[in-house]
Amino acid sequence: MDSLIDLQPEFWKAAGETLYIVGFTLLFGGLGGLLIGLGLYLSRAGSILANRPVFAVLNVLVNTVRPIPFIIFLAAAQPLARAVVGTGIGNNAIIFTIALAASFAMGRIVEQNLLTVSPGVIEAARSVGAGPVRIIFTVLLPEALGPLILGYTFIFVALVDMSAVAGYVGGGGLGAFALLYGYRQYNPIVTWAAVLLIIVLVQLVQFLGNWLARKALRR
Amino acid sequence: MSAPTPLVELKNVSKVYPATVKGAPDVTAIDDVSLRIDAGDVYGIIGYSGAGKSTLVRLVNVLERSTAGQILIDGRDVAGLPERELRPVRLGIGMIFQQFNLLNSRSVARNVEYPLEVAGRDKAARTKRVAEMLDFVGLGDKAGAYPDQLSGGQKQRVGIARALATSPALLLADEATSALDPETTHEVLELLKRVNQEFGVTIIVITHEMDVIQTLATKVAVMDRGRIIERGDVFDVFSNPQQDASARFVSTVVKGVPSAAELAVLRARHTGRIVTLAFRTDAVDQTRVFGELSRDGVGFQVVYGGINEIQGRPFGHLTLALTGDDATIDSALDRVRALTTVTEVR
Repeated sequence: MDSLIDLQPEFWKAAGETLYIVGFTLLFGGLGGLLIGLGLYLSRAGSILANRPVFAVLNVLVNTVRPIPFIIFLAAAQPLARAVVGTGIGNNAIIFTIALAASFAMGRIVEQNLLTVSPGVIEAARSVGAGPVRIIFTVLLPEALGPLILGYTFIFVALVDMSAVAGYVGGGGLGAFALLYGYRQYNPIVTWAAVLLIIVLVQLVQFLGNWLARKALRR
Repeated sequence: MSAPTPLVELKNVSKVYPATVKGAPDVTAIDDVSLRIDAGDVYGIIGYSGAGKSTLVRLVNVLERSTAGQILIDGRDVAGLPERELRPVRLGIGMIFQQFNLLNSRSVARNVEYPLEVAGRDKAARTKRVAEMLDFVGLGDKAGAYPDQLSGGQKQRVGIARALATSPALLLADEATSALDPETTHEVLELLKRVNQEFGVTIIVITHEMDVIQTLATKVAVMDRGRIIERGDVFDVFSNPQQDASARFVSTVVKGVPSAAELAVLRARHTGRIVTLAFRTDAVDQTRVFGELSRDGVGFQVVYGGINEIQGRPFGHLTLALTGDDATIDSALDRVRALTTVTEVR
């Protein structure tokens, strides 16, 4: 217990780093996921921009990246992170790698959310002369907003998880804190303190997400 | 003087879907259809489900691409137009759907506003038009409501307001009342009638419901397996269908024609001869028909029947069980045949 009190500055610094990593990965991964999801949805057979080769490439890409265990993906994507971010270690490299992995996971979720929009509504929009870009922004995204918010809430939890795993390969945050001061120093109380904070964080975000989704669905 | 340009004219239009499985034959949804619809018409397209009605109507606003033929809207072939050039064409063609297809994320007023946004009208003009349209369909007090708070009939009225917001000359109605109960169907049909009569909007109405044709349509085409097998004045087609397939369809929706199962029951109950008389025009004098039967003492009993009315003109079928000797019945029936159509039921 005493050790935890001594570690307070490190604990809060780690919490801040977790928020930093999760915040930016949610932004970049979320955007990437939206683009991939829209790409999958729009290019699928029968959709408004149906394009078999584009769909096939996206589909195979997503199916290739998604099953890679994240800890292995972290290692495998390091050269790519070095090329893009300029460094293979540290929080910014970690953000790049997590955002990349999250884009593919989120892409599938976005695609599934968009598929809940009734094709009839899209047909109605086409029948009054709306083009694809207008349909995306005035029909697809607004009609799928509720499920999309829940999808992003879900991926937030996955991002917290991934950021903790990234602590193993040089990322900061609560995962690294729990490993370094808890696990490696045989101090379970320190580990559990990190776990507790993560649970609180996830609960808060889940509440927020549910509330926003309810508002979007007016239920 | 040449006839005025029809509002919609299909010339030898086909739609073939390539086979989904390799080696399987292609699917012909629309097979060499030609159709002319004049401004002001309410044109019904009827037939069993799967006959190609919905596909046909989607060729008119090019939601689906035809694979052959011409689709002339106001004299202009739209079949091959690229998507971008179709948008102004579609603004002139409203469409309503069986499932209403309203945007759930938008209020009633914002749904009606949608095509006006697409058309690029300014905010003031949009607001004015939305209020007009909601008043027209009787939903002025529901402007701020959301579609999930409305009944089916109200949703379809919003659909009609949306479809007509840009003042199109043509309205496509794809089974617009098939998801509604009879009373609501009646309300929506009356509204569509006003759309035709007050605004002069030409309507193409796809349906398998007799009510819709009876209340609304002036002309009708019968579709079967992608082809139009019969067309014409509604009264003529319904009172006297020329094709077997249209007769079969008509008999399922008009009153008074016994089905095969009902005939079997009648047959079991009546051992004598059974005939069906068709009163296909209001010119047939029923009094004379029955007078001819009873003159020679042929006994008859009405065992099945019904009278329909289309555009104020009655037509119907009566099935009679006859009693008497064969020779008397034959001579009586010969005289009746001079007055109307007689079908002997074996």
